[in-house]
Amino acid sequence: MNEAQLRGLTPSVLGILVRRGADFAAAEDAVQDALVEAIRVWPTDPPRDPKGWLVTAAWRKFLDATRADAARRRREDIVDEEPAPGPTPGADDTLRLYFLCAHPSLTPSSAVALTLRAVGGLTTRQIARAYLVPEATMAQRISRAKRTVSGVRFDRPGDVATVLRVLYLVFNEGYSGDVDLAAEAIRLTRQLAAAIDHPEVAGLLALMLLHHARRAARTGPDGGLVPLAEQDRNRWDTRMIAEGVVILQAALARDRLGEYQAQAAIAALHADAPTAEETDWVQIVEWYDELVRLTDNPVVRLNRAVAVGEADGPRAGLAALATLDDSLPRHTAVAAYLHERDGDPTTAARLYAEAAHKAGNLAERDHLTRRAARLNAHR
Amino acid sequence: MAKYLLLKHYRGAPASVNDVPMDRWTPEEISAHLGYMNDFAARLKETGEFVDSQALTPQGAWVRYDGEGRPPVTDGPFAETKDLIAGWMIIDVDTYERAVELAGELSAAPGAGGKPIHEWLEVRPFMSASQHTIAE
Repeated sequence: MNEAQLRGLTPSVLGILVRRGADFAAAEDAVQDALVEAIRVWPTDPPRDPKGWLVTAAWRKFLDATRADAARRRREDIVDEEPAPGPTPGADDTLRLYFLCAHPSLTPSSAVALTLRAVGGLTTRQIARAYLVPEATMAQRISRAKRTVSGVRFDRPGDVATVLRVLYLVFNEGYSGDVDLAAEAIRLTRQLAAAIDHPEVAGLLALMLLHHARRAARTGPDGGLVPLAEQDRNRWDTRMIAEGVVILQAALARDRLGEYQAQAAIAALHADAPTAEETDWVQIVEWYDELVRLTDNPVVRLNRAVAVGEADGPRAGLAALATLDDSLPRHTAVAAYLHERDGDPTTAARLYAEAAHKAGNLAERDHLTRRAARLNAHR
Repeated sequence: MAKYLLLKHYRGAPASVNDVPMDRWTPEEISAHLGYMNDFAARLKETGEFVDSQALTPQGAWVRYDGEGRPPVTDGPFAETKDLIAGWMIIDVDTYERAVELAGELSAAPGAGGKPIHEWLEVRPFMSASQHTIAE
């Protein structure tokens, strides 16, 4: 059993402890301790029943911690009763945990940190490294988050949309440090999809898979960003694309469209084109129209302008762009691209340089600077 | 979830409201100031928003490469007119508004007469290093 599989047991083990009467914060600590012990012990002494082993170990750690804490002595009334063994509905436990960790009373960064630890089973140190903050800061963030949700009843259904937003944030962080957050987000979304039958959960999973499938092609040999149109499509992960498409089609067949399904549909149309020239931009524009209707998000309108530029020509794209607020992030980059397509390298080069100056992302800035430099060199 | 640099200057920032140099403060006022700064950092550690805090000496030099086999050229100390950084705090917060709110609190550190300095701090967003955002 590898570490990811081991961590996959985290939510149901935690759920069992909570249902036995442990409070969430203490149970979460105990499960972390048990995971650390499992990583140490299992390579030489693998258990026959990994989940049972973890439940037993975590429960023992919980009892030890509770007994050690004199102020919590009264809790022993609960914990001294030997809990009833036997199978438990793991999916419900898992689902409740997702809702709790993405609770609306938490800030986005707290919800992300708590989800990665309590649902994902990552250690505080791993999460801290992934987000490039000191371990002590991340420990505080997590313990505050646990305090915030400690009063939340564990048995009430939550809002799937809040959970999906948290998973989307984790996915978009990509990877830095020793944890691949994109892969972790996919794992957690897959686990959620197994616990709840919801077309938007499936839509987000499909979106992540379709996007992740292009990862190898997205970075050039020099580490620079390779835009979609210039990617080597042989480097796309076709197995992952196929899985994403199947999941998306099943979700769309339910006829309950949402923003993640619509985004995944756009990603699928890109994945479907053997070459950039063969992309079905007309259909992509239609999906963007759906997305605008669903979200009314200005960033979506900006991306729609790019698609319009491909479907109906750069002039049409520029006309769509002209209706949007030019303070939007990437607005200048889109304008530069459309002017380049329109055969105006002078304006495009100027706008690429301006867009590079405004960029909030390193890879994007370098990419835009290169584009400006290339156009300037050919004038 | 974005990092910001709160930058403090020895020189080069617009004049603060309570603009008395530190060497004219009473020892108690200096202690109160340093205590405020420590409390502020401790509070950010408690909220899970603290990343780093460092102070710089006013000394330093310009250094540059001077060709193969030659030692680097140095120039300095800095001329009196230069923008001179005194130190920084790095925070990791959910919104830009939160970064501004915290910079405002930091700028309220007490100075001469125990009154807030109203010092100008520079707030600079970090460039994101993620290569993975879905928007393509």
